Amino acid sequence: MGVEGIGARVLRKEDKRFITGKGKYTDDMVVPGMKHATFVRSPHAHARITGIDVDAAKAMSGVVAVLTGSELKADGIGNLICGWMIHSKDGTPMKMGAWSPLATDKVRYVGDAVAIVIADTKGEARDAAEAVEVSYEELPVVVNALDAMQQGAPEIHAEAPDNLIFDWDLGDEAATNAAFAKAAHVTSMDIVNNRLVPNAMEPRATLGVYDSGEDHYTCWTTSQNPHVARLVMSAFYNVAPENKLRVIAPDVGGGFGSKIYIYPEEITCLWASRKTGVPVKWVADRTESFLTDAHGRDHVTHAEIAFDSDHRILGLKVATIANLGAYMSLFSSCVPTYLYATLLSGQYAIPAIHANVKTVYTNTAPVDAYRGAGRPEATYVLERIMETAARELKISPAELRRKNFVKSFPHQTPVIMCYDAGDFDATLDAAMNAADYAGFENRRQEAAKRGKLRGIGMSCYIEACGLAPSSAVGSLGAGVGLWESAEVRVNAVGTIEILTGSHSHGQGHETTFAQLAAERFGVPIDSVSIVHGDTDKVQMGMGTYGSRSGAVGMSAIAKALDKVEAKAKKIAAHLLEADEADIEIKNGDVRVAGTDKSVPWFQVALAAYTAHNLPSGMEPGLKEGAFYDPSNFTFPGGCHICEVEIDPETGTTEIVQFVAADDFGNIINPMIVEGQVHGGLAQGIGQALLEATHYDASGQLLTASYMDYTMPRAVDLPSFTVTNTVTACPSNPLGVKGCGEAGAIGSPPAVINAVTDAISNNNLAMPATPQNVWAALQAAK
Amino acid sequence: MAKVELVVNGRAVKGEAEDRTLLVHFLRENLGLTGTHVGCDTSQCGTCIVHVDGRAVKSCTMLAAQASGSTVTTIEGLGLNGELHPLQAAFREHHALQCGFCTPGMLMSSADLIRRHPDGLDEATVRLELEGNICRCTGYHNIVKAVLDASEKMGKGAEKAA
Ligand code: FES
Ligand code: FES
Repeated sequence: MGVEGIGARVLRKEDKRFITGKGKYTDDMVVPGMKHATFVRSPHAHARITGIDVDAAKAMSGVVAVLTGSELKADGIGNLICGWMIHSKDGTPMKMGAWSPLATDKVRYVGDAVAIVIADTKGEARDAAEAVEVSYEELPVVVNALDAMQQGAPEIHAEAPDNLIFDWDLGDEAATNAAFAKAAHVTSMDIVNNRLVPNAMEPRATLGVYDSGEDHYTCWTTSQNPHVARLVMSAFYNVAPENKLRVIAPDVGGGFGSKIYIYPEEITCLWASRKTGVPVKWVADRTESFLTDAHGRDHVTHAEIAFDSDHRILGLKVATIANLGAYMSLFSSCVPTYLYATLLSGQYAIPAIHANVKTVYTNTAPVDAYRGAGRPEATYVLERIMETAARELKISPAELRRKNFVKSFPHQTPVIMCYDAGDFDATLDAAMNAADYAGFENRRQEAAKRGKLRGIGMSCYIEACGLAPSSAVGSLGAGVGLWESAEVRVNAVGTIEILTGSHSHGQGHETTFAQLAAERFGVPIDSVSIVHGDTDKVQMGMGTYGSRSGAVGMSAIAKALDKVEAKAKKIAAHLLEADEADIEIKNGDVRVAGTDKSVPWFQVALAAYTAHNLPSGMEPGLKEGAFYDPSNFTFPGGCHICEVEIDPETGTTEIVQFVAADDFGNIINPMIVEGQVHGGLAQGIGQALLEATHYDASGQLLTASYMDYTMPRAVDLPSFTVTNTVTACPSNPLGVKGCGEAGAIGSPPAVINAVTDAISNNNLAMPATPQNVWAALQAAK
Repeated sequence: MAKVELVVNGRAVKGEAEDRTLLVHFLRENLGLTGTHVGCDTSQCGTCIVHVDGRAVKSCTMLAAQASGSTVTTIEGLGLNGELHPLQAAFREHHALQCGFCTPGMLMSSADLIRRHPDGLDEATVRLELEGNICRCTGYHNIVKAVLDASEKMGKGAEKAA
């Protein structure tokens, strides 16, 4: 490991601008003539629009324009789409209801956009939005997935009878039933995975600029994947052809999935900029974020697991109903299917699995991928039911898991995934040691003396990241490929720019990616710049989500570095009159191995650009690009252990220790990886203890502010114990897995297993608020 | 319209703003000091924290007109003479930021916290007192470490330096 190479704890290059207030987020952008937009949003969860009167609003001071959906449609702007086709088990395609960026006939959730008001100031736009008169005829509302499936439930989209989007199956039902028929013990559970609001701290924002001289559009936006935004806005929403549309995602203040999707606002602002001739900026306030950012989770599941008399798992049956909200968001359909049911084997060798997933419309915000996306839901089901089974069978939860671990690789599960590498005993042992699991009983007794209920819980998770390969996901219905691109440009003086299709919104790519070049050529990372987030600068790329930037994004960079290295060696061999095979690059020198013949790195670069003395037939320049399409997912896995103390008088839970032992394969920058784990744990613990999303029966979001939706704060969380083990991923050149989501995937069941252990009542739903815990304690009395 | 006169980061500034203009918007839009952020609409997140007359204040919760006559320090003015403030250095050293959106508010809040505890801080106090600042990225683990480290390094001189 070099000081700045692979494996080094290099401090982040990007930090300087953020700690000095010089970060540049979308809301910080100002362009000449810029005006401000406010969206008129539906106050009703379900209603027919019978009229929109904009005259009074148009007459107000500072107002530039008030535009509605009929004008947008007349200009040919298309409906929003879901980009992953799922077929029901009867072979019929999913039933996608129309989603117009501005509603014209009907509104389907509180916050549905109806019109855009553009004015000189944000305040004037807001005032005028109040004056837009929309007449509604209210319709019956349904917010809960189970209710939406009842006969006679309000119909949300004519395209989807009974609100059913698809009814999808995975696995072998007959084989699973046969396995259950042989069972010595069956554990059954109903499990709810609570709806969450992602809450990146930077609210969504966009600035749309139309340049009539060039007939060109620029869209600044809070996106995790600017190229995908450009593609979708061009190909499906008819905003502009790709070559006439530049999408820039500058500094982005967190995403967690919620900034993958292309929302109505960026489409509308771009279109409105052309329509009005002025640049149009919109910034969500937090209430709008709560109402309209795609939410996460919201599953209701019945699960059953069958064991033989030796406590080996024979089979697993899972039936899940997923609430997708009022419209199908961009990747909403793949989350409860291919990102969920495919992970139901967890870390275990399970001979037969059958999963059925029904997705439904409700009058709530659209639901899509949120940190972990499907994998936290799968892990929660499996790790809650494993813990419960251990309690029923009266054996140690650790031993029940260990007995059923997959021990040899590759391992083909009955639900598509083929695990390539792992060592689940190693992460379990590491976590148990770090947590002093063996000493728990003493700690429980000591706590009891203080009147506290102490509990311990674990979760052994596996996840799949770097969704791949493109041909496979294509055959499963994906509308896009899931490769990544990179270009490595060595300048004439040896400094380097790496253009990546990944996008950093907190993950530290500017540092980690630079470490790859530092490792390869021995150059200081200060001489390596990472360029990302601008479709005019960077070649087509797929962006950052699903913990893919390491496994896929960095692999693309590694491939491009291979090509640069090969060419540099050819040039050096020529300059040094040596054999190409003898050339090595070390510490910024390019040398003939085993000799003192060398030429500095920058001179090789210079030679490439002066082109005075290159091998005959070689093109000048030192710049190479690569596209990397992974051959398989990667499978991070690990064990999380949570220990809690509960005050029986108040139901308040304190996490007294939290241990995460993860296997992320090879690690480029341990400091950044640990930071990713911490953040994921906070979100997972937030889900388990604090975060609840409540709609009332009329479809009003009751938890639409930080006064009502409990975000984890410093005081709610412990310091974490984070450790790792390594099995390298065999399918990518760096042997890396992915670390962005693991914390949010593994932690919720560990927390709830601990809380239910403490209170001796297994019947507890997330979030385990003091109120819920107290009620469960009373129920157990 | 209200007249607003402030000393911001050591420089006297004058301007006019609508009566309803919040201090955060005055700083961001009139003065171009975009390091101060807006993360909520209920005074809960702390991304907007600045120092007004030496105390941490949520600038989304104060009218620009109310602040008139005050001395304001924003994140852009936290460092001294081009040097990083010890807290800024500690945040980098301990990887206490990811997306950076909460960071300016977190730093301004922590600087005030250290000033108010010249005899030093412990983990529980830091966690409790950062209650007004939300970070969605870091899980706070490294923020707490950074604040404790900076507090220690700033030692008894904390009151002055912050
Ligand atoms: S913007 Fe959230 S507290 Fe000020
Ligand atoms: S670093 Fe992103 S919110 Fe704190």
